Amino acid sequence: MSTVVIRGARPYGEDAVDIEVTDGVITGIGSDLEVGTDVEVVDATGLVALPGFVDLHTHLREPGREDTETIETGSRAAALGGYTAVFAMANTDPVADNAVVVEHVWRRGQEIGLVDVHPVGAVTVGLEGEKLAELGTMARSAARVRLFSDDGLCVADPLIMRRALEYTKALDAVIAQHAEEPRLTVGAQAHEGDLAARLGLAGWPAVAEEAIVARDCLLAKHVGARLHVCHVSTEGTADVLRWAKARGTRVSAEVTPHHLLLDDERLSTYDPVNKVNPPLRTAPDAKALRQALADGTVDCVATDHAPHASQDKDCEWSAARPGMLGLQTALSIVVATMVEPGLLDWRGVARVMSERPAEIAGLPDQGRPIAVGEPATITLVDPAARWTVRGAELASIAANTPYEGMELPGAVVATYLRGRLTARDGKATA
Amino acid sequence: MPPRPRGAPEPAERRELLSAGDVARTIARMAHQVIEKTSLGASGASPVVLLGIPTRGAPLATRLAARVADFSDIRVPVGALDVTLYRDDLRRKPTRPLGQTALPAGGIEDALVILVDDVLFSGRTIRAALDALRDVGRPRAVQLAVLVDRGHRELPIRADYVGKNVPTARTEEVHVLLTETDGRDAVLLNRAGERS
Amino acid sequence: MRHLLGTEGLDPATALAILDTADGLKRTLLGREVKKLPTLRGRTVITCFYEDSTRTRVSFEIAGKWMSADVVNVSAGSSSAKKGESLRDTALTLAAAGADCVVVRHPASGAAHRVASWLSHTNTSVVNAGDGTHEHPTQALLDMATLRERLGGVEGRRIGIVGDVLHSRVARSNVHLLTSFGAEVVLVAPPTLLPTGVADWPVGAAGSLRISHYLDAELPTLDAVMMLRVQAERMHGGFFPSAREYSIAYGLSEARAAMLPEHAVVLHPGPMLRGMEISPAVADSGRSAITQQVANGVHVRMAVLYHLLAGEEDAA
Repeated sequence: MSTVVIRGARPYGEDAVDIEVTDGVITGIGSDLEVGTDVEVVDATGLVALPGFVDLHTHLREPGREDTETIETGSRAAALGGYTAVFAMANTDPVADNAVVVEHVWRRGQEIGLVDVHPVGAVTVGLEGEKLAELGTMARSAARVRLFSDDGLCVADPLIMRRALEYTKALDAVIAQHAEEPRLTVGAQAHEGDLAARLGLAGWPAVAEEAIVARDCLLAKHVGARLHVCHVSTEGTADVLRWAKARGTRVSAEVTPHHLLLDDERLSTYDPVNKVNPPLRTAPDAKALRQALADGTVDCVATDHAPHASQDKDCEWSAARPGMLGLQTALSIVVATMVEPGLLDWRGVARVMSERPAEIAGLPDQGRPIAVGEPATITLVDPAARWTVRGAELASIAANTPYEGMELPGAVVATYLRGRLTARDGKATA
Repeated sequence: MPPRPRGAPEPAERRELLSAGDVARTIARMAHQVIEKTSLGASGASPVVLLGIPTRGAPLATRLAARVADFSDIRVPVGALDVTLYRDDLRRKPTRPLGQTALPAGGIEDALVILVDDVLFSGRTIRAALDALRDVGRPRAVQLAVLVDRGHRELPIRADYVGKNVPTARTEEVHVLLTETDGRDAVLLNRAGERS
Repeated sequence: MRHLLGTEGLDPATALAILDTADGLKRTLLGREVKKLPTLRGRTVITCFYEDSTRTRVSFEIAGKWMSADVVNVSAGSSSAKKGESLRDTALTLAAAGADCVVVRHPASGAAHRVASWLSHTNTSVVNAGDGTHEHPTQALLDMATLRERLGGVEGRRIGIVGDVLHSRVARSNVHLLTSFGAEVVLVAPPTLLPTGVADWPVGAAGSLRISHYLDAELPTLDAVMMLRVQAERMHGGFFPSAREYSIAYGLSEARAAMLPEHAVVLHPGPMLRGMEISPAVADSGRSAITQQVANGVHVRMAVLYHLLAGEEDAA
């Protein structure tokens, strides 16, 4: 039996308490808990305790692009970012569209043990959008897949999407849609707006996202299925979601940290570190997304952590691959965009970073309250810290962070997964 | 008085070498020399063409031609020859604007071309002018007229007509002012030794 | 000037200096048998074209050679580009091989900007000879030189740019340059061929920009009309129903050209699709400045090389 007491932490930013953890479970909460001689005491004075973060949208690149990220390096980045569970997207090589691949990902995650790595299964075979993958087999595999997505590509065919939504009802699973009408985004390079037009970058119009979200909400309502919308990027999508939720659609949605903070002003240097899909939108879009996250229209934050090799970024814009690192910067961006302006308190951060994503993905032991009897899956955050982002110092193999050189508020000090320390003071502890 | 910052130039001390009257007299004297030395108007003598080197050589050539006409009743054709594109020191200075090249209607073939410039210093401008001249025609001979020769030649070039020889230090500057370009006539010596 | 990447943000004084130099070069070379100036002797200019463009490449090559620079042409077809070498490595290689200036034509918008940023630690200058659908600054400068000759300047003049503005780098570069010299630019195109928000683009304070969908309504008040090329791939891209319908609405027929004021000039960046965007009779008429544009192209590019390579190296 091993016992740890986390002394002086403030659950959800509220009054400081001591948290006693025994064998991975919270066994006591109170002020000035008595501590036996063989008990390890962790000084957490001034730190905010939150339930461990859950990321519904991560690209770990294994198998296929282990030169940019592996399940191991991605797990380290996740633990350092305060995450205790991540969902690894299916667009690997080979694609995670079968039980063999998803079980490999799941097992590698367990071997490494820093974070629960849940594989996302592809909706269609080879992400080709034509034929449903064996969703049931993946759901019944050791990986117990509950989230399916062709992310990177949209399930554009309305009939395939309808069938996928209907079919997953029996699996207690959810389809996460990358909403992008492909016919409206042929050759698209950047948000279709004044700046991209002036820069000669082919436009990715907001309506290409909004039209698919509207269609999918109608389909989900029609068949009585659940739908999750990946990386909401426009004000219009937030409006559609608000309308769909008001009429009882079972839809949830995520927003990325970069869409909360950055906008298309970033295009003017042509530096592809700012290239991402969906693209950075306008400043009013970012503002509307912050509001939508605060009022619950958008349920949660997901990183869309997307490592890319330098040769795929240090090139001309149109040749660059879209995507940004996100796991280690997500909390700080949420603090900067939501907490500091007063849009969310720490209860709210717990909701959007942990509780709602755990609910959406159906994880029973994540996103749980910080209370006696609950799993000790806890992230300790220093709300007063400020740090400067250096891509080369992040745990990922790739270094494509759009926040290079920026000073950000709030830092993860320690992460506990079921009582086990997985990261502490910037070091992952396997 | 506040201390002078290190490296800043001494306040310029400008001395007038030639007054407006001196400039006029000097050009007149040069005109007489041109008439004499070129045997202007003599049978068998080559036609003479004056080519001024912009910026100030061009109005000087025009004035010299006017004086020649006054004294000889012969109107020698005048033109301008810009040498910027032929310079070998372009990369030592900020990008120079081009000057005007305008050859007289009769051209310069087999003529005696007299290049006219304000100051003869290193000789590099004249070297560039000889190259430029080669690209626009083949004169029978080329001579050089300058208002001021301040010495410090870096090339084997000498003037055929010199308005005034001025011994200078290498760091000094000679400024020729002309009414056409500067609003008044004068030749000044800048003793500060720094670029004005 | 270290690089010429675009006309957006190009200081009008610098643009004017380039145009004046081009003018001087043109006069200097007029009537000469030997068109060769020693100005850039010993300097190396490398043209690096990832898109076919005989006219632009040849224009730069002649410009460099007339200035006595050593001109080396690299085309993507014959270089390592086809073997998968990155643009970055190619740029670094050319600079290391001794290029004083790299002239880049590339299908990706922003490619020249990227090359300039990769070469920021070198002394190599970069000229954008066309980047995707972004800019083509030397084309705008040569158009400007032509309009100066034909109209005496563009200040207060109304200039129509007609056709596929959406995909045109020539249009973008001209919008910025012409407005910075005080021109009133009218973009005339079907709505499908106009860029997003173009009417609100920041343009030179001295000039103005507006859009129109009706060529006939604009012609009688234009001082110049610039016809843009309609690329074959656009014709099948659904931007307009048919070549025939486009030509009827936006082609510069003889009847349309007759609606222009007497003094108005017709320009085309080439290559022309005769019969589609411009009728042969108009292209060959007295008001057409199309061959003059080509001739000015050489002098403008000589002037650009002069301003990049013939002065002190920028301290920056």
